[in-house]
Amino acid sequence: MGRRLLLEHDNVAGIETFDVYRKNGGYRSVEKALKSMSPELVLEEVQKSGLRGRGGAGFPTGMKWSFLAKPEGVPRYLLCNADESEPGTFKDRYLMEKIPHLLIEGMIVSSFALGANQSYIYIRGEYMWILDILEKAIAEAYDKGFLGKNILGSGFDHDLSVAPGGGAYICGEETALIESLEGKRGNPRMKPPFPAVKGLYGCPTVVNNVESIAAVVPIINDGGEEYAKIGLGKSTGTKLISACGNLVRPGVYEIEMGITVEEFIYGDDYCRGIANGKKLKACVPGGSSVPILPHYLVTKTAAGEDRLMTYESLADGGFASGSMLGSGGFIVFDEDQCIVRNTWNFARFYAHESCGQCSPCREGTGWMEKVLHRLEHGQGNLRDIDLLAEINKKIEGNTICPLGDAAAWPVAAAIRHFRDEFEWHVNEREESQKRNYGLIREPQSIA
Amino acid sequence: MIKVTIDDVEVEVAEGTTILNAARMIGGDVVPPAMCYYSKLPDTGGKCRTCLVEVAAGSTKDPRPMPKLVVSCSTPVQDGMVVKNKTSERVHENRGAVVEFLLINHPLDCPVCDQVGECHLQDLGFEHGAEKTRYEEERRTFDPIDIGNKIKLHMNRCILCYRCVAVANQLTDKRVHGVLHRGEHAEISTYIESAVENDFSGNMIDVCPVGALTDKTFRFKSRVWFLKPMEAECECTKCSGKVVVWQFGNEIYRVTARKDRYGEVEDQDGKAGWICNDCRFDKKDLSDWNIIGPRTIDRHSVISQGNYESPRTSIKKVK
Repeated sequence: MGRRLLLEHDNVAGIETFDVYRKNGGYRSVEKALKSMSPELVLEEVQKSGLRGRGGAGFPTGMKWSFLAKPEGVPRYLLCNADESEPGTFKDRYLMEKIPHLLIEGMIVSSFALGANQSYIYIRGEYMWILDILEKAIAEAYDKGFLGKNILGSGFDHDLSVAPGGGAYICGEETALIESLEGKRGNPRMKPPFPAVKGLYGCPTVVNNVESIAAVVPIINDGGEEYAKIGLGKSTGTKLISACGNLVRPGVYEIEMGITVEEFIYGDDYCRGIANGKKLKACVPGGSSVPILPHYLVTKTAAGEDRLMTYESLADGGFASGSMLGSGGFIVFDEDQCIVRNTWNFARFYAHESCGQCSPCREGTGWMEKVLHRLEHGQGNLRDIDLLAEINKKIEGNTICPLGDAAAWPVAAAIRHFRDEFEWHVNEREESQKRNYGLIREPQSIA
Repeated sequence: MIKVTIDDVEVEVAEGTTILNAARMIGGDVVPPAMCYYSKLPDTGGKCRTCLVEVAAGSTKDPRPMPKLVVSCSTPVQDGMVVKNKTSERVHENRGAVVEFLLINHPLDCPVCDQVGECHLQDLGFEHGAEKTRYEEERRTFDPIDIGNKIKLHMNRCILCYRCVAVANQLTDKRVHGVLHRGEHAEISTYIESAVENDFSGNMIDVCPVGALTDKTFRFKSRVWFLKPMEAECECTKCSGKVVVWQFGNEIYRVTARKDRYGEVEDQDGKAGWICNDCRFDKKDLSDWNIIGPRTIDRHSVISQGNYESPRTSIKKVK
C-alpha cells in the first residue's frame, strides 16, 4: 500500500469533529501558511508540487491560480466544485463525508493564496446529508477562530459557506456552476471571458475540485517538492480512485500515481480482482465520459507496455487505443456485461443532463439515445452504427461546454472497440435479447 | 483599427468587433448565417452554432490556427486573423450537421406556418440542409400553451435561440416567460400559464427566427409574399412609430418593425427601432398611418428561389 496523504486518518473515530481532527495534525497548514508564508509563497509551493486538477481535465492547479486577475478593489472568489455527478465517481463524497475539516482547511489555505475573502462550496443537490456534515464542521471552525475575521491574528478574514445545487450534472461545469450559484438557470456561459477574469458576480473567480483543494493541505505541510516526489513524471502526488463495477472489493482508494492498472485491479491492497471468478471484459478508467477500453488494452498499452495509473499512461495511444484518467471513476465490466446496453445507459444520462442551450448537444444527445435504445432492444439496423459514429463526430467540439464531448466520447469508443458486439445486436436480434455477447476477440494487429 | 481577412477579403474593423460583424461589414455570401445572435440584443448568441467558422490563423502575433471551429458571433477578431467561412470544407460540413440537428425535431409544417418566406430556418435548410432526413424516431412535440390573445406560441417549431427571452429581459419591465426543463425537453413557457402582456412584448415575434412566435392578429390571413410592404409612420408616445405595414389592397394585414437584410430591426433616430404593441396589433386602419412609400425587402430568402419564371431550374434544385 502506498502513502496516503488525504485519507490517512479516515478511519480514526470522530475524525469529523474539530478536536479529533486537530489532534491528528489538522489545521497545521493554516497555521503555517498564515503565520509564516506569503500568498505568493503558497502559490509557489502549489506550482512546485505539480498538482493537476482532480476534477477530470487535469489542468495544473498552480497555473490556474496564477491566471487569476487581480484588479484593485474587486473581490475575488474561490469556489469548490463539489457537484460530483459523473457516473462512476464518488471520491469527493467519501472525502467530505469522512473528513470534512480537510476540505475546509484546504479552502482556507487556498483562499489565502488567492486573496479571496469569501469562498463557497457548491455541493451536489443529492448530497444533502453531507451539507449538514460540512455546515457542522464549518460552525466548529468559526468557533475555534479558523474562519471569520482576523484568522489566528494574521489579519486575514475569510468566510466560507456551503451552497447546495438543484441536482443537475451540468452545474459541475464551472461557468454553469457560477450561474447556478448566482441563482440563475445553470446554463454554461460562453468563453471567453474565463472565470479567472469574470466569474462569480462578474469578479475574478477560481473553481477547483474538492480533491484538488484538499491536496493543498499536504502540499503546504510537507512542501511542494516533497509532494512532487510521489508519482511519475507530470502526474504527481496521490489520487483518489473510486472503483466500482464487477470487482471483489470496490470502493474509494488513495493511490500513488504510477502504480500499474494491473496492480490496482488485481492487487491485494486494492480491488482484488474481478468478482465471482469472472474475466475482465472492459474498463472505463475515469468516469463515464472517458473512452471505454477493451480487456486487451486495460493493463497493457497498444505498444505492449504496462499501463500505469497516470494521466499520461492512461491516455497513451490517444483515443485510438487509450483513454483518460478523468475524475478517477474506475468502472470495471466482467464478461457478462453488455456493452451496447451500457453505452445506451451512458447516452441516456447525457441526453437527460444536457442543458438544452446549444443545438448539437440538445438534439444530438437525444438522437444518440434513441438510436442506441433501438439497437439495444433489437430494433436496430447496420446503418444505425455508422449513423451513431457520424452524429458523435458532429457533436464533438461544436458545443459551448464539454458536455457535448463527454456525451460523444463513450459512444465513439464503444463503437470503435466493440463494433462486433453492436453488429451482433443487429444480426442476431432475438438472440441478443436473451443472452450477452460475452468477451470480444483481440484484434490480430494488437496481439 | 485592426485588419482581418475573411474568405480572402481583407477588412479593417475596430478592436473588439466579432468575426460575424466584421463579415457583415464585407457583406454578401461571406456572412455566416446566425439564428440566435441578434446585434440589437446584447448577450445573445453562441447557442445555435450555425455561425461556426474556421480560424486559419489566430493573429499576426500568434498565427497558429484554432483547433476547433469557433462561433463567429461571439469571438472577437484579432489583428491579422485569417477566417474561412464559405471557403472551408470543414465549416460547410459542420454547418450542415447543425442544420440537421435543428431540423430533426422541427415539424416541417411549412405549408401551414405563417413564417414561411421570412423563416431563417427555411433559408438555412435550403442552403445547407440535406434532401433527406436520417432521423427515424418520432418527432418531439409539446403541449400547446396559451400566452395571451396577441401572440401565438408554437413550441414544436422553436429552435431555442433565447432571443425572445432577451427581448423580455431587455425591452419589457418584467419577464414572465423563459426556458423550462432541459436538454431535449427544454421549452419556452410561462411557469404558471399566464399571458405575456407588455407594451413591447410583440417584439418577440419580430426577433423569432422561426414560426414559434407569430402574430395572432395576422394568423392564417395571408402569405407574406401576397402582401405589399409599405413604410409608414405615426405619432406614438411609446415608440418611434416607424414601421412597415403589410397591405392587401387598402387593407392593412399586419404591422412589423423595419428589418434589415439579416432580419434585425433597423435603427430609427439613433436607437433600435422596436415598436410597441399598440402600433403592432391595434392600428390596422389606413387612417392610423402616414404611408411613406414602398419598402424594399431583401430577396435573399427561399421565397425568391421558387421563381415561377423558370420552373425547370427550381425543380432541379429540389431534386
